[in-house]
Amino acid sequence: MATSSAKEASFSPYEDNGGTNLAIAGQDYCVIASDTRQSRGYNINTRFAPKTFKLSDKTVLSTAGCQPDGNMVVTRIKQHMESYKHAHNKEMSTPAVGQLLSTMLYMKRFFPYYSFNILGGLDKEGKGCIYSYDAIGSAERVPCLASGSAAALVQPFLDNQVRNCNQVGKPRIMAASPVSHLSLDQAIKITKDAFTSATERDIYTGDNLQIFIVTRDGVEEQVHPLKRD
Amino acid sequence: MASIKLKLPQAAQNAQEPITHSDGPIVTGTSVLGIKYKDGIMVAADCLASYGSLARFRDVNRLQAFGERTIIGASGDIGDFQYVQDELEKLMIKDFCLADGHELATPHVYSYLHRLLYSRRSEMKPLWNSYVVGGVHSSSSQRFLGYVDLLGTTYQSSTIATGFGAHLAQPLLRKAVEGREDTLTEEEAVKILDDCMRVLFYRDARSLNRIRRAKVTKDGMEVTDPYSLETEWAFAEHIVGYGA
Amino acid sequence: MFRNQYDNDASTWSPQGRLHQVEYAMEAVKQGSAVVGLRSNTHAVLVALKRSPGKLASYQQKLYRVDDHIGVAISGLTSDARVLSNFMRSEAMRSKMLYDRPLPLFRLSSALVAKAQANIQEYGRRPYGVGLLYIGHDETGPHVYEFSPSANTFEYFAMAIGSRSQSARTYLERTFDAFSDAALDDLIKHGLRALRDTLQQDKQLDTLNCSVAYVGKDQAYTMVEGEDLRPFLDALDSDHSGNAAPSSSSQGPAPMETEA
Repeated sequence: MATSSAKEASFSPYEDNGGTNLAIAGQDYCVIASDTRQSRGYNINTRFAPKTFKLSDKTVLSTAGCQPDGNMVVTRIKQHMESYKHAHNKEMSTPAVGQLLSTMLYMKRFFPYYSFNILGGLDKEGKGCIYSYDAIGSAERVPCLASGSAAALVQPFLDNQVRNCNQVGKPRIMAASPVSHLSLDQAIKITKDAFTSATERDIYTGDNLQIFIVTRDGVEEQVHPLKRD
Repeated sequence: MASIKLKLPQAAQNAQEPITHSDGPIVTGTSVLGIKYKDGIMVAADCLASYGSLARFRDVNRLQAFGERTIIGASGDIGDFQYVQDELEKLMIKDFCLADGHELATPHVYSYLHRLLYSRRSEMKPLWNSYVVGGVHSSSSQRFLGYVDLLGTTYQSSTIATGFGAHLAQPLLRKAVEGREDTLTEEEAVKILDDCMRVLFYRDARSLNRIRRAKVTKDGMEVTDPYSLETEWAFAEHIVGYGA
Repeated sequence: MFRNQYDNDASTWSPQGRLHQVEYAMEAVKQGSAVVGLRSNTHAVLVALKRSPGKLASYQQKLYRVDDHIGVAISGLTSDARVLSNFMRSEAMRSKMLYDRPLPLFRLSSALVAKAQANIQEYGRRPYGVGLLYIGHDETGPHVYEFSPSANTFEYFAMAIGSRSQSARTYLERTFDAFSDAALDDLIKHGLRALRDTLQQDKQLDTLNCSVAYVGKDQAYTMVEGEDLRPFLDALDSDHSGNAAPSSSSQGPAPMETEA
């Protein structure tokens, strides 16, 4: 059987399972949210497959893209955090996890984790902190971020509502500044609006919205319904 | 048979060409369906193993029990499934020999399968299957129904359908089961699965009306002998160009 | 103990059928300060006595977390203990990774024994010079295990190892009937009383020289040290001071009390 006559596409180790993540950092909080739909092409696999995970009382990690890769990233980060705890007798800080994740992703530069991650939590001063990544580990700290299938829909909305971009008479928050000026209540409201709207336009987003709120008191998890169509 | 790829041993491949591994499944099983119901988990699959479009083996078992309370349904490559069966049996024997009162519950078997399939996809030597793993915990009576595939994709749901079933049966299953997981009786569950398997037989050209069904409850597991679904073809008489 | 021509390595038998190096290693366990492990039907507790090399030094670490459901106490060569506790931690992680299951205690024992046995059979190696008491909670309930350099593990209702630990075992043997239904606080107090019995006449348990750890059903491994120990130690002082069991048990000398 000559290879030149091959008609079937050869095995691809990747698949995009969709899903959208969002994060907003404030002076003393961080909000990280994802929808819970898992898709495969036009099929919905399940309406409830969480892809955001609490890593510690200060840190939360969300993933989107190829579900098995995202799952592996979370598992390995958790293992590293456990080793760190044993070696240093303290919990890993969010910036430290942030650096670890970047290194871990880059180590698979030539067989990448097809996973679009957001790491959120509180930094050492107790300020909200968000790290943005691409699939191969390029990282930066930002005040707000969207990733995943509806990122292109949600990010401009956040730029406008959180960073006051293209608004007259409001001080703009630079993309490089660490936190936004929003109150926690405002941030949650914007989060819910962002997902309700993304669900209308993006077929890979919907079913449920999972919101993690990180404050100095720990991590609170909320689940809200989204449209299931 | 241009669409069927042979799995060539490495030595048989042209040295000039890059090494390729399983380009696709060869002998295949079609959909597996799984649902939660009042007493536990119910899973169904037909008895056919196809060789491309040829209905090659007509009495194949694609439901594999693991211990007393875990059932695994396989679709995709039958050879890969048999390899996985061997691995699972090894695991079961190892577990049995330790004889320490610990047995692998459904979520643990599910996790093992997931790791096996994910590591093989990461080596670019995928085990070409989709699995439905169902079970009930022996002491807590908690139900578990999960899906794993050749990429290592995992999810849990109260209804699962692999392959063609994901398109045809899943909508029917969701309509019948979602929100009624704790009230559906065994009789209702049987009817739902039989009906869906029948729909699949009518429309999936790689399926058979001879099926096996397994249920797992807190009291244990029962796998039916193969049985045939009643089908109705009289309407075909009225289709122009079909039949007589 | 006297040197002889059969104790140069761990893989040579003496004509009496003994492995002297292994027995020396078991002696190393008795050099370490005492640790006590005990369990009820719901919880397992470790209590350890910590030494300090001097007034200017900190106290040694005796208790290690292995996982949320397993903890280990060490007595003997600390460096060997680090190797073993790291091994235990990686075994626990492996179980979580592969089976998504907290490592069953019996499986941990099997892995430890397999690792340690190679050391007393293969030429050019030496046995581990440390004894372990490890506690945990798995699907079959709470457990206390002992690991010894002879590559044996045993499961116990209660056990003590380390220097002067015979006195603690005596206490445990006399009182263990009461453990199965004991509340966690009482179990800890029993552990502390057992540990107290190993002290020399002029020494006392205080917030610096002892550590407590416990696990249980839906109770992750928790270590209690420093000022947090105060309530337990105060409760100990309020009952009959001295090296005696509480008044509730009135038996005579325990059967295994052989030391003077």
